[in-house]
Amino acid sequence: MKKFLPVLLTGIVIGVCALALTAAGNPANMGFCIACFLRDIAGAIKLHSAAVVQYVRPEIIGIIVGAMAAALIKKEWKAVGGSSPFTRFMLAIAVMIGALVFLGCPLRMVIRIGGGDLNAIVGLVGFIAGIFVGTIALKKGFTLKRAYQQTCVEGSFLPVMFVVLLVLVSVVPSLFAFSAEGPGSMAAPVILALAAGLVVGVLAQRSRFCMAGGIRDSIMFNQWNLTLGFVAVIATVLIGNLILGKFNLGFAEQPVAHTDGLMNFLGMGIVGWGSVLLGGCPLRQLILTGEGNSDSAITVTGFVVGAAIAHNFGTASSAAGAGANGPAAVIACYALLLIVTLINIKKAK
Amino acid sequence: MVDARGFACPIPVLMTQKELAKGPASLEVMVDNHAARENVTRLAESAGYAVAVKEDNGEYTLTLTK
Repeated sequence: MKKFLPVLLTGIVIGVCALALTAAGNPANMGFCIACFLRDIAGAIKLHSAAVVQYVRPEIIGIIVGAMAAALIKKEWKAVGGSSPFTRFMLAIAVMIGALVFLGCPLRMVIRIGGGDLNAIVGLVGFIAGIFVGTIALKKGFTLKRAYQQTCVEGSFLPVMFVVLLVLVSVVPSLFAFSAEGPGSMAAPVILALAAGLVVGVLAQRSRFCMAGGIRDSIMFNQWNLTLGFVAVIATVLIGNLILGKFNLGFAEQPVAHTDGLMNFLGMGIVGWGSVLLGGCPLRQLILTGEGNSDSAITVTGFVVGAAIAHNFGTASSAAGAGANGPAAVIACYALLLIVTLINIKKAK
Repeated sequence: MVDARGFACPIPVLMTQKELAKGPASLEVMVDNHAARENVTRLAESAGYAVAVKEDNGEYTLTLTK
């Protein structure tokens, strides 16, 4: 039981925070969404001009800083990097494009499931299928090669830049773009969002919480402890929504979601496959960034760039359905995943 | 002897699993991050090995014995 407790606790706290953040102003079924929040940040710093999704989400900064604090206190902070950084950057772009086809990262997927959004179940099936493909690659010898020790500057650069961003937003907000309507305009108070991020960052660092790692380890090693966190988020959000009267079962009319099943399946398939190749889901990449991993910092940067591409080139979905270039982007992302997978499989000696 | 330093999970676990499949009486595994240390330990214990950990400047040497 002892080894399950941290993951279980993290899952429950994430669920409670997600409910609280939504009640305090975040978009429905979007208490947390790493993909959506990074997309909003990309919009706020004007990398894309989709007017409805521009906001500097304090949750992201809280998660990274919380993870960094926890790692420093527990003497687990370590500057490492150099494991195929540009390949990771490209994989991150693909993962973000996939997430924005579905409209959510794996974390928002389970939060959507807890809200009764059945489209997210379709996404989950795609996610598991993608992870399954990724595990085959790992078993065949896929690796992005070793990481090596780096300088403290390299390991802390992105976390520091996120803090700088927070300071700039507080002092000179006119530098940034903020949505006047749409999901980007819906936000919990900054202090609450930051605090929730910090708590989740600390807990997720301690428990190694990962949405993709749970299913991956269940498939590969019959290790179910991370999957427990996955289930804990769904259960907490489900119970909370039932109590609050927000549970709405069905496919149609779900908040910030569409009903194109094939695109939901394929979008999350990219996220699952890509996350296994990257070694963790988007949330886990934020945590590792806080721990001093510059490969993850590159990955997070790739997510931000991927979000800008998704909106600048019309590949992101909206509540109305897939974007005009969504199907083409999905095909391109699968081609990229396949090539990266095949090239990086090391033959056993 | 498995040198999994620099690799992120699950690769250290896979490397260890491959060696354990040969059924050695003991095995040394080197890792350099806490998640890998925990995961390799969990795998070894579930395979019936006792695990002793030695830390040296952020690197861990795990000695697995049956």
